[in-house]
Amino acid sequence: MDFDLNEEQRLLKDSIDGLLTDSYDFESRKKYMKEKGGWSKAVWGKLAEQGLLGLPFDEADGGFGGGGVETMIVMEALGKALVLEPYLATVVIGGGFLRHAGSDAQKAAHVPGIVDGSKTLAFAQLEKNSRYDLFDVTTTAKKKGEGWVIDGEKFVVLNGENADTLIVTARTKGERRDNSGIGVFLVPANAKGVTKKSYPTQDGLHAADITFTGVEVGADAALGNPDDSLALIERVVDEARIALCAEAVGLMDESLKSTVEYIKTRKQFGVAIGSFQSLQHRASDMFVAAEQARSMSMFATMAGDFEDAKERSNAVAAAKVQIGKSLKFVGQQAIQLHGGIGMTMEAKIGHYFKRLTMIENSFGDTDYHQRRVADGGGLI
Amino acid sequence: MDLAFTKEEQAFREEVRSFLRDNVPPDTRRKLVEGRHLSKDEMVTWWRILNKKGWGVSHWPEQYGGTGWTSVQHYIFNEELQSYPAPQPLAFGVSMVGPVIYTFGNEEQKKQYLPRIASVDDWWCQGFSEPGSGSDLASLKTKAERKGDKWIINGQKTWTTLAQHADMIFCLCRTDASAKKQMGISFIVFSMKSKGVTVRPIQTIDGGVEVNEVFFDDVEVPYENLIGEENKGWDYAKFLLGNERTGIARVGVSKERLRRIRDLASKVESGGKPIIQDAAFREKLAACEIELKALELTQLRVVADEGKHGKGKPNPASSVLKIKGSEIQQTTTELLMEVIGPFAAPYDVHGDDGSNEAMDWTAQIAPSYFNNRKVSIYGGSNEIQRNIIAKAVLGL
Repeated sequence: MDFDLNEEQRLLKDSIDGLLTDSYDFESRKKYMKEKGGWSKAVWGKLAEQGLLGLPFDEADGGFGGGGVETMIVMEALGKALVLEPYLATVVIGGGFLRHAGSDAQKAAHVPGIVDGSKTLAFAQLEKNSRYDLFDVTTTAKKKGEGWVIDGEKFVVLNGENADTLIVTARTKGERRDNSGIGVFLVPANAKGVTKKSYPTQDGLHAADITFTGVEVGADAALGNPDDSLALIERVVDEARIALCAEAVGLMDESLKSTVEYIKTRKQFGVAIGSFQSLQHRASDMFVAAEQARSMSMFATMAGDFEDAKERSNAVAAAKVQIGKSLKFVGQQAIQLHGGIGMTMEAKIGHYFKRLTMIENSFGDTDYHQRRVADGGGLI
Repeated sequence: MDLAFTKEEQAFREEVRSFLRDNVPPDTRRKLVEGRHLSKDEMVTWWRILNKKGWGVSHWPEQYGGTGWTSVQHYIFNEELQSYPAPQPLAFGVSMVGPVIYTFGNEEQKKQYLPRIASVDDWWCQGFSEPGSGSDLASLKTKAERKGDKWIINGQKTWTTLAQHADMIFCLCRTDASAKKQMGISFIVFSMKSKGVTVRPIQTIDGGVEVNEVFFDDVEVPYENLIGEENKGWDYAKFLLGNERTGIARVGVSKERLRRIRDLASKVESGGKPIIQDAAFREKLAACEIELKALELTQLRVVADEGKHGKGKPNPASSVLKIKGSEIQQTTTELLMEVIGPFAAPYDVHGDDGSNEAMDWTAQIAPSYFNNRKVSIYGGSNEIQRNIIAKAVLGL
């Protein structure tokens, strides 16, 4: 048992922390937000230069063969700096589908563009009524010749506005909530019949609602088995949840740090407000919540490699519950302890709170995952 | 980073498990599972079995009878004891005064006390808290005055756990009234059979008698019973309290209780079906299990850190252990209360020897709930723990 980073992992952490310290202060972030699509091509290029966009891919595919711990390191750092760029959508989720299910030809077509930063991806999964159930799919993919025709509507597709390629879940067989009959398809964002409504999200990212009307794709669009890919989707979404847990840990670390700094310097009644015991205890509770979250983020990271899918899902669900509870407490109390200034767009802390809040509702909220653990027979 | 236990560690866990299966007296285990009180004999018998195996003072240096285990092995051993369950070694001797003696005591004291702690020939108790000195321990007033080759001790200690069984006490006494409060304290050990020592039991809200008041009235103690240097007692006390950072989370205890709750909840009915089938209850149980998993991981982080970097610089995460550990223990007893419902009411009147064997074991659930309110109070209340995090970790 060992919770320390090895030498290479430490170097990775230093390198991404260094890059973000140099190029991602709060003022720069505001500028990046105003660029087309809501994030910076230049920063994305730097991430590519440092090899971070190729991190999880096999060396044979042009990547660096990084594992879960490496992704955790990157996501924590991205969280800490409140990064807008589509790492989750492109590298973690898009990359995940390609790594686990991509054919050689599919990998050859998509991985190099991800690694060199020239292409980004988006995951079109959420539907009007599916909420957090990954098997609840009404978008259809109907066989036409060798290829497929896709029809349906997807919502809140992160990076949907900018992505070159969309990864779309669609039903090839069965009824709305059947476990089988779900496929995953690579769809060029500029394909005929794809229409998008783009918008910023609460946390300053960008998303799109996307309609697919008779979108024709070739036989090579299907990732894995088009009739039975729920297990694949669950695996990749678990990896996304694991990455979100790590991002949230980075966000909480920074929220706590900034709150402690604030109450050390903010003076009322002639003294620093951090000298008041009620505030000290609140900050201590924030620390406890953040540490419990860090433990579960590590647990989830290691669970990502569990052989047994049920065991993996159970562990990841448990982690998402802890992270959800911790982030709500840390986020809300960070605002409370900052007082009035915490309510303003001008202060950094509110933006951390907003991102944390959106993470809770991504890929299953606290109640959803708690129910999964409860119904799965518990954790002990 | 690697979460998995090594093959050797897994084999060690099996070794501990099978030793417990073969050697813990079944009645001792049953009483622990059912939340009943163990007699002094039952505890001593088990500790002697453990000591015969060479595991009685496992974390002591090997020259004094320790095992030389890694920090992970200690963790596994404790977890297995807690979750079997079997009584853990008596903390006051093994974890508290023992390490103070082998670290700060002279050769004579090491020879005199350490073997008798290991063999449980001496049952030790702790003389720290006083009626006016709880969280503010350093304000203690019990006085030891030097008269020739003797100390004359006067004062009162309280919350002295199992003092009714004790042969020896280690005591913080004020030896210099003129010094700043932390500076004038000495660490003195003496026999509970000394003339002038009076033990008065305190009945706690669960109905049991676990703690006592201890009065000292001109108790004469040989000067050589001072451990270490005069007026340095506060340093030894801090050393003692900092020694047991990870056991305090009691993850194994909570695990055992959660297994019991799950088992019980699939038998006890509510609305014509087992309670475990009630979604709201199941979610509460899952919530507690998730908290415990997070705590277990936090504890493992601390353990792995100690194994790698030594105990010198405590991992900041260690201050989480007491707070979350106690909260979770309390939650498990609440959940047990919830499962047992109206059958929590019957009360088992304790026998003169402290035993509570007259009623069905369900009568012990409410007492366990009442008794567990103590875990967020003792060992530095959770409010004190928050002060420590604020000052030592966050720099407030």
